[in-house]
Amino acid sequence: MKAKPQRVKILALFAFFMVFFSGCAAKAKATGNESHSSDVLIGANIELSGSAAAYGQAVNQGIKYAVDQINKDGGVKIKGKHLKLKLVVKDNTTNNYQTAMASSNLASSAKVSAIIGPCVSAGVVAALPKTTEAAVPELSPSGTADTLTLQRDGSVQPYGFRTCYTDSYQGVILARYAKNVLKADTAVILGDKTSDYSEGLIKSFTKEYKGKIVDTMYYQAGDKDFTATITKLKNKKFKTLFIPGYYNEAGLIIKQARQAGIKAAILGPDGFSGDTLFELAGKENVTNVYYTNHFDAMAAGNENVKPFINSYKKKFKQEPSGFTALGYDSVYMIKQAMEEQQSTNSIKVRDGLAHLKNFKGVTGTMTIDKFHNPQKDVIVVKFLNGKKVSATAVK
Amino acid sequence: MEELIQQLFNGVFLGSIYALLALGYTMVYGIIGLINFAHGDVYMIGAFIGFFLITELHLNFWVTLVLTMGLCALVGMLIEFLAYRPLRHHGAPKITSLITAIGVSFLLENGMSFLFGGDSRSFPQAIKLVNFKVGFIHITNIQLLILIVSIALMVLLQFIVQKTKMGRAMRAVSVDQEAANIVGIKVDQTISFTFAIGSALAGAAGVLIGLYYNSLDPLMGMAPGIKSFIAAVFGGIGSIPGAAIGGWLIGLIETLTFTLGISSWKDAVVYAVLIVVLLVRPNGIFGKKAGEKV
Amino acid sequence: MKRNLREQFIWLLIAFGGWLIIDLLTFGGVINSFMLTIITMIEINVILAVSLNLILGISGQFSLGHAGFMAIGAYASAIITQSLPTIWGFFLSIIVGIVISSFIALIEGIPTLRLRGDYLAIATLGVSEIIRITINNLEITNGPKGIYNLPQFSNWSLVYIVACIVTLIIVNLIHSKTGRAILAVRDNEIAASAVGVNPTKYKVIAFTVGAAGASLAGSLYANYIQSVTPGDFTFMQSISVLIMVVLGGVGSITGSVLAAVVLGVVDTVLQNYGALRMVLYSLILIIFMLFRPAGFLGNWEFSVKRFFTKQKSSRENKS
Repeated sequence: MKAKPQRVKILALFAFFMVFFSGCAAKAKATGNESHSSDVLIGANIELSGSAAAYGQAVNQGIKYAVDQINKDGGVKIKGKHLKLKLVVKDNTTNNYQTAMASSNLASSAKVSAIIGPCVSAGVVAALPKTTEAAVPELSPSGTADTLTLQRDGSVQPYGFRTCYTDSYQGVILARYAKNVLKADTAVILGDKTSDYSEGLIKSFTKEYKGKIVDTMYYQAGDKDFTATITKLKNKKFKTLFIPGYYNEAGLIIKQARQAGIKAAILGPDGFSGDTLFELAGKENVTNVYYTNHFDAMAAGNENVKPFINSYKKKFKQEPSGFTALGYDSVYMIKQAMEEQQSTNSIKVRDGLAHLKNFKGVTGTMTIDKFHNPQKDVIVVKFLNGKKVSATAVK
Repeated sequence: MEELIQQLFNGVFLGSIYALLALGYTMVYGIIGLINFAHGDVYMIGAFIGFFLITELHLNFWVTLVLTMGLCALVGMLIEFLAYRPLRHHGAPKITSLITAIGVSFLLENGMSFLFGGDSRSFPQAIKLVNFKVGFIHITNIQLLILIVSIALMVLLQFIVQKTKMGRAMRAVSVDQEAANIVGIKVDQTISFTFAIGSALAGAAGVLIGLYYNSLDPLMGMAPGIKSFIAAVFGGIGSIPGAAIGGWLIGLIETLTFTLGISSWKDAVVYAVLIVVLLVRPNGIFGKKAGEKV
Repeated sequence: MKRNLREQFIWLLIAFGGWLIIDLLTFGGVINSFMLTIITMIEINVILAVSLNLILGISGQFSLGHAGFMAIGAYASAIITQSLPTIWGFFLSIIVGIVISSFIALIEGIPTLRLRGDYLAIATLGVSEIIRITINNLEITNGPKGIYNLPQFSNWSLVYIVACIVTLIIVNLIHSKTGRAILAVRDNEIAASAVGVNPTKYKVIAFTVGAAGASLAGSLYANYIQSVTPGDFTFMQSISVLIMVVLGGVGSITGSVLAAVVLGVVDTVLQNYGALRMVLYSLILIIFMLFRPAGFLGNWEFSVKRFFTKQKSSRENKS
């Protein structure tokens, strides 16, 4: 064992050399990616498998549909030329480190001009350092966490954008709606403890809601049995049940709650949006249900909404979900950013996105604010006996 | 108090599904010592088969149940034949089979997600829901159906294992494959049969769950798969009554966390209880003590 | 002893050579920043796989709890570098992570390591999940949202060095007196205790060192990806490390390194297949295991020593 000190010396020497030499690989400042042919590359870093696959696949459908539409309508017009969009899709398996890899791949290897995705907030956060390094904007269709587009000191993430509204924006609107429109002065929250989306909504709802929150309970994404929760709910007195979550669980909760005879109004976020909610809950059970949505034919904010819904229905034989619409809008936002800047350079696309004004998307007419969040209307839809009775835009 | 009793009932219904799945784990583990990771996914396949039989072929619920069990048995045998048998003949270490089992599980989950999409589907309401009220306890006919079918299948299984020739062969193979071979038991056939039975039970669970929760998706086997394996461990892997008790125990623990208001710690509580049980009884509640060979 | 030293020196030279190649290729523009990301991830996986192999292959204990220890390291680093964003804060956080996870491994190991095989696997899985759920419920860890916008302190070069050092330490441990005791306990617990080797003690040693390795990898991961969420450390993460170890060959440290590299490359290629990605991955996994049940290398080990003695003996034969 006498050799030990020498071993340590060798190790130290070895480490020293490496740290010393690693200076050799100093990074050059990124100049951004741009197209040099008749195609513009757009990356999609999407949850096609793993736990968020259901939502990622819906977003992906919207993205693909938008790219087809744009190419059919002549592509992106830049400096008199008509460039075709070319989509590079990477599946990130809903895993944060695969997400970082996928974005790094799109930005540094595939050299795309802009990236759409990821859909899950945690994924966006993991991917952003890589795209920032390569100077490529990352536009998340459905990442709602407030801090997503912010750096640690509160300044904006230069390359982080989103198409949807934030958790706090939505939570505040739902809280006001509960108190002012539904006149509910007591509420129970049933959230998903494992989801940051749910947590964010609970926080902002709790903060804004002027009534009394009787109880906050939790389920877990993927749960199918809610009888224990519902049994507990039955013994409580409350006017509204707020379920900050997605349709896969919310549909079942609504069904089981209504079957157990709970009649209180049910309030939900944009995660409810989609046909699946009705299939899972059973049409007759979706009554006295209110949720926020990104678009609705009954409250069309601009002339693009109805044609989108109609042509989509014609092609896919189903209603587009909120996720699909957000994916669709994301592509058009990038197109508009490119055309306004007359460039496919990723840094220019970033500038274009940051200054996007009155963009007429199917999820509303939006303007990107200085924190890279879209300012747009939130639509609250009301359902009675499985039928949509009203949709109102709330500012 | 009323709520507590209602929750106990809820726990028993939830637990019977875990128990049904745990039986498959316990049988396969008992006979070849393999954690069949793909078992939870066979349950998912069962739900999908049931879904297609009812919506496409408009079969009645009982016919669907039986047919699904048969088809799932075939799926189980196929998995065993393709993914595990070659390794067993090769004399490969058990951990290799575990990795192929994980591979099969990934394949079923992602293959189904690729073919049919990751979104939840709604299971057709093949039996009309009826609410009963016994005293202050609420029960539905479907909950009762699940409980009765699970218990019936467990009793049937116990009968097969204890009283039939095949059951004797299964028990013999689980003790010593080579010796069983010498006395003329067809080892491969017996193992195949074990997989068939385990998978049929998983298929039944899939259809029952589909009917009960009205929802199915390609990842639905993941969480119950792990939970029911834990149920099997609770009871002592290899023991049929153990698996049943383990399933009910987990169901009860889970629902109790709601009553206590610590639902966000649900899984942690299950695992903590499991670890304590294992420390007190290292082979589970009904596990046999494996004699140490010197 | 001197010869041993020379071998280690050669080993380090090889490692340094590898480092130099990557560095020069980066400098020459052959390796872009995406490839550097893959390389860094592979290096982190090497640390994870090698440390799990110490538990699984060398000590023979089936642990499914690697993700939990990784989570501890990652969160220790995330929390500390948030308020102490310097390289020294980062080093401090690594040490804190290692201390906490070793402590937990010790407490966990002493009672549970007497469980056998799959029972142990489920118990370790349980502890790992309890760690994750706790993180998910605590305030300081920011719940399910996780911690993000972390400063980036680890880069491919630092992780490379750490991966080499960890591998070297573990290989040296295996060849030490302690290592031989660990192997003895793995091969025959009763015989080992008959000659005075305390089985629990050596199992716990291997388990704790492995846990420390996982925690270290977690720290490096957190400050490379710059964000951590509880969702990063589910049971699936433990499974993916387990796959690496088995693919490489249980008990072969060289195999673990090789498997981490191969899987890193496979992952990168499969990204392009969209929704088919995981289908192809699982097919590759199943088919590979069917044709090579013992993994890439079985329990074969690359050894500088054998390499040289072989050459020497062949030279002697010729003369």
